[in-house]
Amino acid sequence: MPMPEWLRLRRAQPVPVEDAAQWTKCPKCGTMIYRPDLAANLWVCPTCAHHFRMHAFDRISMLVDADFNEIGGELLPGDPLGWTDKVPYPQKLARDREKSKLTEGVVCGFASIGGHPLALAVMDFNFRGGTMGTVVGERITQLFERARERGLPCVVFTASGGARMEEGMLALMQMAKTTMAVRRFHDDGGYYISVLTDPTTGGVSASFAFQADVVLAEARAAIGFAGRRVIEQTIRQKLPENFQTAEFLLEKGAIDMVLERNVLKDTLVRLLDYGVGGKRPANGRNGAAVPAVDAIPPAESRA
Amino acid sequence: MNVIVEREKGLIQLEQRIDELKEQAAQQPVDMTAEIRALEAKYAEIQREIFGRMTPWQRVNMARHPKRPIGSDYIAALDQFDELHGDRHFRDDHAIVGGFAKLNGRRIIAIAQDKGRDTKEKVYRNFGMASPEGYRKVLRLVQLADHLGLPVVTFVDTSGADPGIGSEERAQSEAIAQSLYELADARVPLVASIVGEGGSGGALALALADHVLILQHSVYSVASPEGAAAILWGDAARAEEAATRLKLTSDDLLTFGIVDEVIPEPIGGAHRDAAGTIARVLDAVDRALDALIPIPSVELRDRRYAKFRRIGAASP
Repeated sequence: MPMPEWLRLRRAQPVPVEDAAQWTKCPKCGTMIYRPDLAANLWVCPTCAHHFRMHAFDRISMLVDADFNEIGGELLPGDPLGWTDKVPYPQKLARDREKSKLTEGVVCGFASIGGHPLALAVMDFNFRGGTMGTVVGERITQLFERARERGLPCVVFTASGGARMEEGMLALMQMAKTTMAVRRFHDDGGYYISVLTDPTTGGVSASFAFQADVVLAEARAAIGFAGRRVIEQTIRQKLPENFQTAEFLLEKGAIDMVLERNVLKDTLVRLLDYGVGGKRPANGRNGAAVPAVDAIPPAESRA
Repeated sequence: MNVIVEREKGLIQLEQRIDELKEQAAQQPVDMTAEIRALEAKYAEIQREIFGRMTPWQRVNMARHPKRPIGSDYIAALDQFDELHGDRHFRDDHAIVGGFAKLNGRRIIAIAQDKGRDTKEKVYRNFGMASPEGYRKVLRLVQLADHLGLPVVTFVDTSGADPGIGSEERAQSEAIAQSLYELADARVPLVASIVGEGGSGGALALALADHVLILQHSVYSVASPEGAAAILWGDAARAEEAATRLKLTSDDLLTFGIVDEVIPEPIGGAHRDAAGTIARVLDAVDRALDALIPIPSVELRDRRYAKFRRIGAASP
C-alpha cells in the first residue's frame, strides 16, 4: 500500500498566501509563524527552537525514505465499559477522529529510513492525548509480532498521557500485552529503538517506551511516570522547573540521548546502522538458533 | 473517612449487645433466648443490607479497610520466610517485602506489597507505594526465582506506585517497565493475588502472572479512583464517581477475563475472619501452583503470552 492518499495531497497542496489560518503562534515565545515555514522547519519554532507536537503522519513523512505501509489501521476502538462522563466515550472518539484525522492514537507500519527497512510506530497526542487503550496496545503488539517474523528492527515514537481511563483495566492490560510482544521480539534478536517525544508518561512510559535497546528523547520533552498534575495533587510539593524533562532524565541516567529534531533522523539512521545485520547470537531461551561460531571465544581464552 | 468503617459501627454495637445478653443469660436464670434470637435476626438483616449489594465505592473502601489483612499478614502465614533485602543499587524499599519462602512445604519466592498497619508502620512502608527500588527488588527476586526454578507468588495491595520526586528522579517508569519485562518471560510459574487494592501500573508490575486471583472485595483498576478523577476531571474529590465508572470490582474483572479466580470473603469482609481468609487465599495459590508446575516451561510461557495477548485483541 502506498503513502496514504491524503498525505500525498497534503504535501502537494498549494497554500493561499493571505489565509489567517496559515499562521500559528509559538506557545513558548509567542512569535507568529507562517505554517508552511513551520512545517519546512520540522515543526520547530525558528525563533526559540520550541518543538511543536507533531502529527503522526507529518512525523512519518519527515522520517521515511518513500512509502509507508500502514498495518492495523482497520482496528477501531469499541466502548468496552460503556463509559459516559460529560459525553459518551464513542462521542469523544468521533470528535478526536475528526480533529486529528486519525483513527487512533498510534500509526504503525513498515517503511525504510536511510535505506534501513524497519517497523515504525508513531503515537499522536492529538488523539485522546495519545493514551493507550486496546487499539493502541493491539497495533503496537501486532507491529512487534510482525517485525519479529520479518527480522526487522523496530522504532517507536511515543507521545502519551498513559493508559486510557475510559477503557479501564483493558487499557492497563495493554502494558502487559505490549511488554510480552517486545520481550519476544527482543529475545529473538530484534533491535528496538524508542524515541520519547512530548509527552511520554504513565502506562506507556512504564512499558514499551522504556524497554528499548536504545532510548532516545526529543529535546525538552516531558517524560515521567506520574503526570505533573497527579504528583502535585498527591504530595502537595513544589516541583523543580526542569522536573521530568528529557534533559533531566539524561542527567539522571535514565535515557541514552537527547536530540534536537533537526538531527533526529540522521542520528536514527546511524543508530540503525550499528544494530542491523550484526552477527548476533540468538538468545536460545526459546530453543532458537545457536550462537554463531565466531561469537564464541576459543576455549583457552575463556579459561 | 472509610464508608465501610462508618457503616459497620451500628453492627458492632449490636454485636456487643448480643454478647452482653448472652453473658447475662449464662449467669441468670431468666430465659432470654427469644430476645437474643430477635437481636441476631436483626443483626443478620442489617448485615445483609450493608454487605449484600455493595457499590463499587463501598468495595474500594472495603479494600482499604483498616483491619483488612495486608501483605505482611499473608507472608506471616507462610510456613517459612527468609526475607531478602534491597535492589543492589540504591536502598531497600520497605513498601515491598520479598524473599525465599515455603508454602505447604513447597519452596517459592514470595513478594508482597505492604501498606503497614499503624501510623508508624504506614510511614515506614510508604503506605504500600513502591519506589523504583521496590520494583528493582521485584526484578531481582524474579531473576533469582528463574535462576533457581522456584515459582513466584505475589500479594498485591497498593493504591499505586510512589509518585514522589525521588521516584521520578530514579526513573519509576523504567523500573516498572523492567519488572513487567522480567515477568513476561520468566521460566517459572507466576501466581498473583490481589488482596487489597490493585492500583495502576504499580500493581500490574507484580501481577503479570499465569494465574491471577482476587479477593471478592478487592479492587483492581487502571488508576486509583482518586488518580483517575484527577486525570479525567482535574479533581481527585470525584473519586466515588470514577470508582463507579472504572469497572474495578472482582465481578467486572472476571467478566473481562482480567482475573482468573475470585476468592469469596466472609460476610462483612476479609477482616471478619482474617485467618480464614488468608488460609483460603493461600490454598487457592497452592492449587494454582499444583496446576502450573507440571507444565513445561516453554508451554507455560506460550500460555502466558496467549493469556495477555487476547485482552483487547482484534478477534477474541
